[in-house]
Amino acid sequence: MVYAYLIATIGLVQGLKFMGDPARAKMGNMLAAASVLLALVALVIATGWSHIANVFLLLALLAVGTFIGNIWSNRVAMTEMPQLVSIFNALGGACAVVLGLNAVYGVGTPVDTKLLGSVLILANLFGGVAFTGSLVAFLKLDGRKLPRPAPVQKILARTSLALLLIATVYYLVMPVDIGFYPTLLLAISIVALLYGVFLTLPIGGADMPVLISLLNALTGVATMMAGLLFHDPIMIIGGILVGATGVLLTLQMCVAMNRSLGGVLAGKFAGSGSAKPEGEQDIRSITAVETASMLAFSKQVAVVPGYGMAVAQAQRECFALQEMLKQNDVDLHFIIHPVAGRMPGHMNVLLAEANIPYASVLEMSEVNNTMEHYDTVLVIGANDVVNPAAENDPDSIIYGMPIIRAYKAKQVIVMKRSMAKGYSGAVNTLFDRQNCKVLFGDAKSSLEEIINELKRI
Amino acid sequence: MDLSYTITPIDGIFVLALSLLLGFEVIKNIPAVLHTPLMSGSNAISGIILFGGITQLLNTPLEHGWTLAAASLAVILGAINLAGGFFVTHRMLSMFVVKKKTNKPSKP
Repeated sequence: MVYAYLIATIGLVQGLKFMGDPARAKMGNMLAAASVLLALVALVIATGWSHIANVFLLLALLAVGTFIGNIWSNRVAMTEMPQLVSIFNALGGACAVVLGLNAVYGVGTPVDTKLLGSVLILANLFGGVAFTGSLVAFLKLDGRKLPRPAPVQKILARTSLALLLIATVYYLVMPVDIGFYPTLLLAISIVALLYGVFLTLPIGGADMPVLISLLNALTGVATMMAGLLFHDPIMIIGGILVGATGVLLTLQMCVAMNRSLGGVLAGKFAGSGSAKPEGEQDIRSITAVETASMLAFSKQVAVVPGYGMAVAQAQRECFALQEMLKQNDVDLHFIIHPVAGRMPGHMNVLLAEANIPYASVLEMSEVNNTMEHYDTVLVIGANDVVNPAAENDPDSIIYGMPIIRAYKAKQVIVMKRSMAKGYSGAVNTLFDRQNCKVLFGDAKSSLEEIINELKRI
Repeated sequence: MDLSYTITPIDGIFVLALSLLLGFEVIKNIPAVLHTPLMSGSNAISGIILFGGITQLLNTPLEHGWTLAAASLAVILGAINLAGGFFVTHRMLSMFVVKKKTNKPSKP
């Protein structure tokens, strides 16, 4: 069993390492899954034989869980990937809470040292926040109507966070009666569940990638804590790896938006409407027919997709456009901002699903210094990430955020449904530029029109 | 031979500190294209918390109905997370099959 665990641990770390390399990612995932399976078998063999009926119960439960997981993962559309990850994450968090409470109320795991006691408290704390937080995130991503955060929500969030901190510190420094411990743990779990809701409610829209990464990290930490409680090294290592991934992605997303984690959590500019109303912008509009001829006469074209493209389900039209332009010897690239979509890397998955070759999808940092080489840039359903105000208007709310320098291209066409502002509410000064034109309408049908027009040319 | 393998909480702290360093080393510098699969994959790995449920379940006699039920619930929740996470990551990565890798377009 010791050796099986050792092999499984090495496999898990190596699998995750492979998952960072495009060519070996698939193998890495399988390696990680196989390692977990190996460790699971070893664990069952080592502990299983005192209650033989339980082994059969366990196998049945595992089969049911695997079956449900398989169905869900096969059914989900790629646009709904953030929802699925959130719901899985919620299950993991719930699992931590159930385990912790069951350890104290059911199994009667002896919590005789401060170390074990605080480990269990933290497992339930992180698990609880991850559980309800992910549930709320799921509902938000799924577009359900949720109560708008009232001012009181902020107070509730702060109060519950303070309560959690006080209770944890209280346990650490004060002598706590063994008999009182279960009640304390239950209370902390309940407040943690509430805090998850209060924490997540005000966050939305373009801040979703940060939130999802953070909740993922929380489940990882809960798993790690549970690993300490169950004296299980692979749980500790697995949990840490997840926690590290989550934290790194959270920070990367924050950097990509030039916002602090605190600012995101406070839901600062979500719907705050602090943008100053400015004079009417002078907007030049363009028709799909004109766009088509402009594209046909370009040599290098780039598409900057945003979440609006995913909402319009226009990925396949993007692929069709790329194929169409290829016949006319026009090169089409996709340039992706790190926070495009609703979870890190979401846009890449959506484009991959539409068969767009991986090699033509570029990251912002790869091309940002050579944007002037593009003859035409087509912005589909993105707004803030191409707003030049982020670079040259210190008064703008998004000043300092790294943007794709679409304005440097010879021509920019922004496909928009309306003149609504982006998530930040900042005025997009891109529209003031001479080289920018706006193509109004639904992204999908506009693209279809362009493609039909290109066919006739 | 004793098949069981557990570590003390102090060992656990050592494992924790070292794997924290390891974790950041393994994961840094991952290209954005893999962020979503990485996240769903690591999400699956966090389903390993189900091991705690397994330990509880296997050590609880059948008479302790509620304890058993709670452990079973934990196992099911963890199993969905674990299996579903790996399945969906696999599905996603299958779409990334590098087609015609040779015609990498010339950078403008």
